Amino acid sequence: MTGATVVAEGLQRSFEAPGGGSLRAIDTLSLTVRPGELTALVGPDGAGKTTLLRMIAGLLTPGGGRLEVLGTDVTRDPQRVQDRISYMPQRFGLYEDLSVQENLDLYADLHRVPQDERGPRFTRLLKMTDMARFTARPAGKLSGGMKQKLGLACTLVRAPELLLLDEPSVGVDPLSRRDLWAIVQQLVEDDGLSVIVSTAYMDEAARCAQVHVMNHGRILASGTPKALCARVQGLTFAAVPPAGVHPRVLQARMLAAPEVIVDATPHGGAVHYVRQPQADAARLAEALDGAASAPRGEGLEDAFMLLLRQHDNGTHHALPEPDERTPASAVAPDNPNVSPIISVRNLVRRFGDFTAVASTSFEVLPGEIFGLLGPNGAGKTTTFRMLCGLLPATEGQLEVAGRDLRTARARARARIGYVAQKFSLYGNLSVRENLEFFGGAYGLRGRALRTQVRAALERFDLDPTARSGELPAGYKQRLAMATGLLHAPQILFLDEPTSGIDPLARRAFWRTITGLAGAGVTIIVTTHFMEEAEYCDRIAIQDAGEMLVIGTPQQVRDKAGADRGTDMNAAFIGIVEQARATREAAV
Amino acid sequence: MSAVGFITRLRALTRKESRQLLRDRSNLLVGLLLPVVLILLFGYGLSFDVKDARIAVVMQNNSQAAREAAMGLTGSSYLSPVWMHDMREAEAAMIAGDIDATLRVPHDFLRQLALGEAHVQLILNGVDSTTASAIEGYVNGALAVPFAKRLQRMGGKSAESGSVVIVQRSWFNEPGESTWFLVPGLVVLILTLIGAFLTSLLVAREWERGTLEAIFVTPVRPLELVLAKLAPYMVIGAIDLGMCLLAARWLFEVPMRGSLPIIIAVSLLYLLVSLSLGLLISALARNQFAASQIALLVSFMPALMLSGFVFDLRNVPVVIRAISQLLPATHFMGLIKTLFMAGDYWPDILRSSAILSIYAAVLITFTCRALRKTMD
Repeated sequence: MTGATVVAEGLQRSFEAPGGGSLRAIDTLSLTVRPGELTALVGPDGAGKTTLLRMIAGLLTPGGGRLEVLGTDVTRDPQRVQDRISYMPQRFGLYEDLSVQENLDLYADLHRVPQDERGPRFTRLLKMTDMARFTARPAGKLSGGMKQKLGLACTLVRAPELLLLDEPSVGVDPLSRRDLWAIVQQLVEDDGLSVIVSTAYMDEAARCAQVHVMNHGRILASGTPKALCARVQGLTFAAVPPAGVHPRVLQARMLAAPEVIVDATPHGGAVHYVRQPQADAARLAEALDGAASAPRGEGLEDAFMLLLRQHDNGTHHALPEPDERTPASAVAPDNPNVSPIISVRNLVRRFGDFTAVASTSFEVLPGEIFGLLGPNGAGKTTTFRMLCGLLPATEGQLEVAGRDLRTARARARARIGYVAQKFSLYGNLSVRENLEFFGGAYGLRGRALRTQVRAALERFDLDPTARSGELPAGYKQRLAMATGLLHAPQILFLDEPTSGIDPLARRAFWRTITGLAGAGVTIIVTTHFMEEAEYCDRIAIQDAGEMLVIGTPQQVRDKAGADRGTDMNAAFIGIVEQARATREAAV
Repeated sequence: MSAVGFITRLRALTRKESRQLLRDRSNLLVGLLLPVVLILLFGYGLSFDVKDARIAVVMQNNSQAAREAAMGLTGSSYLSPVWMHDMREAEAAMIAGDIDATLRVPHDFLRQLALGEAHVQLILNGVDSTTASAIEGYVNGALAVPFAKRLQRMGGKSAESGSVVIVQRSWFNEPGESTWFLVPGLVVLILTLIGAFLTSLLVAREWERGTLEAIFVTPVRPLELVLAKLAPYMVIGAIDLGMCLLAARWLFEVPMRGSLPIIIAVSLLYLLVSLSLGLLISALARNQFAASQIALLVSFMPALMLSGFVFDLRNVPVVIRAISQLLPATHFMGLIKTLFMAGDYWPDILRSSAILSIYAAVLITFTCRALRKTMD
């Protein structure tokens, strides 16, 4: 193969912005992709990753510039490119009423894969995706992770010259994510496949040969992960908070000083942070507030955050400062005098003869952040819905905010807020109209309603006149939270709130959560980002309806075994796999 | 691109569309059960014929001749006379809506008859003008028979009195059955329905579920997508057509004076137009709800109201007539009625087939254009 796989020069593309004007999705972008490698596109939401991939796939016409894919001008002859590449869109449209095998056959026919090649190819794909058992199952009845794997398998029915993957692991649990990447990496190694992947996970980008960091339709930096990491060399540290202070509280304080701190995240009981290259020593010490701090190795996420902050000056995603009244330290969860706000004993939920949740017991204390983790299909959503009173339990006791959910569901509900996984507000209403409607639905009226709506708009920095459906993903998330908090609930339920949201927006989101918990609101949250478990006071890991472990992040890591280190992702995979092995041995 | 590739992909896509069609029960309900319901509904439920219309008869003259004249009404299956004492009673019944007409035989009927100029009064309930004019026709017919006999009996005198007896013959629809008129139109309606309710969802559904984005980045061509989507629904439409023709022949005994192969051929041509129109709407709307609403407004309702199915197009305002001429359904409606009731009239067959073919070609071209593989 001669030359580059993709060459873009001065590429441009604008869209009509909602409410008139034009929006530059791709702004004089130039890029070269080498053959036979994994290339990653990373960047915040709206950076232009999907637009770029669609242009490479010949689905969008560039507004200007030159784009050559596999030596062909894709603008002039998109079909010639489409005959040779494979593309997996962000939302891979499987035909849900067709079976797994029928979906595979369809794509094999469309690509005219010869019959004698299909046997071995399908066997390999089904083995890699671990789906050989499910070939007759309709695609619509697969779990989220399995759908994504089937989408990848359909994309790979033949060996393309270039594979495009648009955020393949959004909403996919750590185990499926690992499997997905194993497939891709195997193909790159065995078949010399060229792959371009866009992702919000920096650990995924770190596995690629080349990483292009995008923002506002431009490339901020390109290079190997190592070269990019070198940019933050000497700037990365770990701070240990004083005893009794949760790392997230220290982290929130550090993020409030953007002039000295680029980024901070809780990690393994400490706070990993990146300091500004020209940080003022005195100001830095003030932000650390006496926490001991030591240098640590740098990661790609650190470099990414530094690049974005330098480009954006940190203004874009910053939320207003947390409420000054917020106490610096959350309610100590191990205080024996506090009675639990959620109490679950021997909770069971069955659908027919399928047990979605098996005999589960746990308690959550007021002001706690409680994380519910587990692979796709583990029973998290079912547990969640029972706690919110959306689904009756088959057996067991369930007390929320001092009310028995089986007898006083309505009264318990008045004390809880719920933010669904999917954006479930009215897209064609304005932000204010949505807030007013949901406030009314919670029974707020007149002055109380106006006050709450105004407070919500201020707290989440929302434009009241914007049309809700046209907000960027991060802002939709804010609006959903603002809506769930209008009636000042004691408990807030968040179902995968950060799924599909970039690291910047996730930081902003967790700062708000930390603030809320500090103000005494109890938070129950599910997530697929294992590092987010670090924000929680306690986490529970569920699989196949069983509660595998409950405890502080440290306790959970300890249970997974010391060899897993401080990495929550590894700890999670370890615990789930161990439990699955035990279960299989028992059968 | 080779023909082999075209055939392989077309077969794969057609198989996929057929499976989706068969697995979605609501498709089959709309595609196969709804036409049966419509056939029964229109065949038995809807009729412009008047049967057993209640007519008040007020005999102000009770002579033998007057009674003989009125007896003509009892023999008709269309009329059901109710004998009443006076006009006041009849008027009250008319206002209450109990009767549809009043026939008054005046006091001086016998005297007038002797003079050869007998009058009876018929008062019609004009609220429903269609029914009223139908009753008028029936009463005229029912009264004419005894009078004609009477005149004959008087012998020769008829010519002198100068009365004219009209001998009516209705061509093409001899018994004047409205099912004869409605059932051919029903074929149009049912073939329109599949396009409006089924194919109008097909492309929009793929846009909504995001399935098109992945399909686009394959060697597939727009024409293959379009043809594969049309094929299974052509089969459904053909089954419906078969049901319509069987019902027309055996259930409603509508004559089929044109040749059956021609009826089937032009019907399939119209089916292709109807399905293509649905697909085009679907491809442009990109949203299932909008597509089905637009299809209802652009395709089904006009076919019901403006194609000449119910209303005679010669009596509508020029603007409406111009619009109706734009509808493929109008051209097919005229043709199919001619084929059923009158026979193979070639100028009509050729003209309408040419128009429908142009529609099919244009609609398929535009649908391919709308399915150009781009997300711009």
